[in-house]
Amino acid sequence: MTNLLRHHLFWPVAALVALLVANTVASPGFLAITVRDGHLFGAPIDILRTTAPLLLVALGMTLVIATRGIDLSVGAVVAVSGAVALSHIASSPNPDSPVTVLTAIGLALALCLVLGVWNGFLVSVLGIQPIIATLILMTAGRGVAMLITGGMITTVNSAPFKVLGSGFWLGLPVAAVLAFGVFAVVAFVVRRTALGMLLEATGINPAASRLSGVRSKTLTWTVYAAAGLFAGLAGLLISADTMAADANNAGLFIELDAILAVVIGGTALSGGKFNLSGTLVGALVIATLERTVTVVGISPLVTPLFMALVVIAVTLLQSPRMRERLTAATRRPVATTPPEPQSAARPDSTEVKAR
Amino acid sequence: MTQQTTPPVVEMTGISVEFPPVKALDGVDLHLRPGEIHALMGENGAGKSTLIKALTGIHSPTEGTIRVDGVERRFTGPADARAHGVSTVYQEVNLCGNLTVAENIMLGAEPRRLGGLHWRAMRRQAATHLERMGLSIDPASSLGSHSLAVQQLVAICRATVGDCKVLILDEPTSSLDTDEVAHLFTVMRALRDDGVAILFVSHFLDQVYEVSDRMTVLRNGRLVGEFITADLPTHELVQHMIGRSMDVLEAAEHVVERAGRPAGTTPLLQAVGLGRKGSVQPFDLELYEGEVVGLAGLLGSGRTELARLLTGADRADAGQTRMAGKPARLRTPRAAMDLGIAYTSEDRKGEGVVDGLTVRENIVLGLQARRGWMRPLPRKQVDELVASYIEQLGIRPADPEALLRNLSGGNQQKVLLARWLATAPRLLVLDEPTRGIDVGAKAEIQKLVADLAADGMSVVFISAELEEVLRISHRIAVLRDRRKVAEIDGGGATMDQVVDLIAGGGAA
Repeated sequence: MTNLLRHHLFWPVAALVALLVANTVASPGFLAITVRDGHLFGAPIDILRTTAPLLLVALGMTLVIATRGIDLSVGAVVAVSGAVALSHIASSPNPDSPVTVLTAIGLALALCLVLGVWNGFLVSVLGIQPIIATLILMTAGRGVAMLITGGMITTVNSAPFKVLGSGFWLGLPVAAVLAFGVFAVVAFVVRRTALGMLLEATGINPAASRLSGVRSKTLTWTVYAAAGLFAGLAGLLISADTMAADANNAGLFIELDAILAVVIGGTALSGGKFNLSGTLVGALVIATLERTVTVVGISPLVTPLFMALVVIAVTLLQSPRMRERLTAATRRPVATTPPEPQSAARPDSTEVKAR
Repeated sequence: MTQQTTPPVVEMTGISVEFPPVKALDGVDLHLRPGEIHALMGENGAGKSTLIKALTGIHSPTEGTIRVDGVERRFTGPADARAHGVSTVYQEVNLCGNLTVAENIMLGAEPRRLGGLHWRAMRRQAATHLERMGLSIDPASSLGSHSLAVQQLVAICRATVGDCKVLILDEPTSSLDTDEVAHLFTVMRALRDDGVAILFVSHFLDQVYEVSDRMTVLRNGRLVGEFITADLPTHELVQHMIGRSMDVLEAAEHVVERAGRPAGTTPLLQAVGLGRKGSVQPFDLELYEGEVVGLAGLLGSGRTELARLLTGADRADAGQTRMAGKPARLRTPRAAMDLGIAYTSEDRKGEGVVDGLTVRENIVLGLQARRGWMRPLPRKQVDELVASYIEQLGIRPADPEALLRNLSGGNQQKVLLARWLATAPRLLVLDEPTRGIDVGAKAEIQKLVADLAADGMSVVFISAELEEVLRISHRIAVLRDRRKVAEIDGGGATMDQVVDLIAGGGAA
C-alpha cells in the first residue's frame, strides 16, 4: 500500500480517475465509445484528441525543464506555426492539393525549428536566463504571427489539411495518433539511448557535466530546438482543428498548461530527473479537467476557480513533503508513544514512530 | 573509564539511526563536557556526520536518548538546537556569499528598531564578535569577497552569537592553510576556556592531537570507545579507526618506485609558455608516462589554475601544448578528454559528482558522454564495469543504484575516480583527491595513484598536504603567487627544501 502510494504516478493517475468518475456520475454515458462510419466516437476519444497539442508542447517542455530551463515562447510558436501554414495554403491557387499542404506543413515546422534554435542560442551560447530568453520570443512571436497573417484571422478550406485536425486513422483521431506517436518515439529514444541520463546530468550539475565531457551546450540547444519543433506541430493540429490562424489567441496560455502538466507529472522545475510518463498523465489530467467543467455543468463564472482548486490539490499531493506526511499518516496507527508534538509535525520523524 | 568531574552538557546514550535497510548508527554514546575540546574520530562512513545530525535534529534516532543540560531533548532541527545552545559549523561553508559579513553573522539575531533592522547596531555587534575571533575585516564587506578561510571563521563567529554552550565543528580545517589553522585553534582554545564544549571533527590526526582533550572513536556506525587524547598513541587511534593494523599506511609510505626514465623519451604532454591572464603566469611543463608529478604550493598559488589549463577546464590565452609530440589544442574538457586527459576538480560537490544521479550513472557518465548519446553502453557492460569499480575501489555502500548524495565524501571521491578510470585516460590530473577523506581511504587512493603510474599512466597530483605530495611524486613542480617557480626531483627532495621554495627562499 505504502509502495503504491509512493509511486510517482499514483496521485496524477488518482486525479485522472477521480475526474473520470465525477464525469460518469454527472453524465452516466460519459465513458461510452461508439463506432460510427468506422470511426470511434465518445468523450474519451474526444479527450485524447484535445490532449494532442498540449501533449506535444508538454513533451518539449519536459526536456527543457530537465536541463534547468523553461520555455515560455511555445504558445507564440504555436501561433506562428498556424499562421505560416494557413497563409501558405490561402495564398496557393490550389488549396486542396496534397503538395500545397505538405509544403505548408514543411514551411511551418522549419520556421518553428528555427525559432527553437534561436531560443537555444540565447540560452546556451549567450547564457541568458531561460525565462528571460524565451520571454523575448513569447512576446515577439505573436507579433511575427500577426505580420504573417496581416493582422487578420486567416481561414481556409483545404480537405487534406483538415485531416490533421479532425480526420481519423484506423478509427482514431489523426491528431491523437500523431501526438501520442511522436511522444512515444521521443520517450523511447530518450530512455533507450543515453540522452535521458546526459540531460539529467546537465540539469543537476552543469559544471560537473561539462568537466565529464558532456556536451551540455549542444544538448541544451537541442532541447530548445526540439521544443520549438513540437510546438510547431501542436500549432498545426490546433489550426487544422479550427481551420483558422488566429495570431492572438491560438495556443494562448498553452505554455502554462504545459508547465502544469510537467509539474503534475512529477518533474521538478529545478531540473534534473524528469518523468515523461508523468507528463503524459499530467496532460491528460488537464484536458479531462477542461472537459469536466462542461460535463459537470460548472458555471463559467467559477470555472477558473474550480480548475485552480483541482490543480492545487494535485500538485500538493504530488509534492515530496506532502507525500511524506501522507505516508506518515498511513503508518501512524503502528506508533507506540508519540514523541514531542513539535517533532510530530516533521515529515522525517516517521522513522521514529514506525518502530 | 574516565573520571566524571564536570557533568556533561550533552549526553547521548545508545543512539541508533537507520536509513532502511542501512543502520548508520548502532547504540552510540557521546558525552560532551563544558570547557573541553572533544574530537569525534572515524573513517568515512563511520557515522560521524550522522551522529552530529542526530544531535542537531536533522536525523531522528530510532533508539537512544539525548540529554542537554540534564534535560531529555529531541531537537526539531538546527535552528531549534541553536536556540538551546548547540551550534554547528559544517564542512562546507553554509553562509550567503552575497550578503555582508555582518548580515551573515547576525542572521536570525538581527537587532531591530522601529519594526525594521537596526543596521548600525548590527554592524557594531558583528564587529564585536569578529574582534573576539581576532578577525580584522570590515563587517560591511560582502562575504563572498573573502577567502574560504575567513568565511570559515565567520561561520564559527556566527555560531557563537547568542548563548552557545556546545559548538560543533565538522571538518573546519580541510580548506585552511597552516597559519589559518593555528588561528582557528587559538579561537577554539579561547572558546573552550570560556566554558564552551567543542566537538571537533577532522581527518588531520596531528591537528586532533594538537587541540583536543578527549576523543570518541566510531567505526562502521558503532562506538569503539572514549579516550583521553594524551593517553592514546597515534597508531592505536588509527587501529581503532580502521580496525586493521598500520601496515596499510606503512605500505603507502613507499608507494612510488623512483625508477629513472630513459633519456630521449617524448613527453606525453608538453606545455610551452602555457598561461592565462589573471589565472596563472606562462609556464613550461613536461609530463611523462608512468610518472607522478606533484604540484606543491599554497592555496591560491595557482596550482589548481595550472591543472585547469592542462585539462581544458579553462582555456589558455598563451602558449602551446603538444600531446605525444603532436600539437594539441585543449580548448574544452571534451577536447582534452578525447586526447585521453582526465581531470577531477578540487570542488567535488560543485564540479565533480552529479549528486542526484546514482552511483552507476555517475561512473558511466564520462565514458557515455564520450561515446555520445546515440550509442548507449549496453546495460550488461555497464553493470560489469560498475561492479568491477565498486569492488576495485571499495565503494560503500556497494549498491550501483544508491543515490550519490547519500554517499560519504570519500566514497563520492572514489566514484569520481571510477568515472575517469573508466575512460582509460593516459593522463590523470587529480586536484585534491584526498581532501576531507579519512586515513584509510587516503592511503587507498595514494596506492591507486602509484599503481596507475606503474601501469604507465601519467598522473598530476595536487594536494595541500605536502607530505602526501612528497611521498608519491617522482617530480614536484612548485608554485608561488600564480607562477611556477621550481621543478625538483621528488626522490631527493625533503620537506624543508619544498617549504623553502613555497615560501620564497627564506622570505619567512
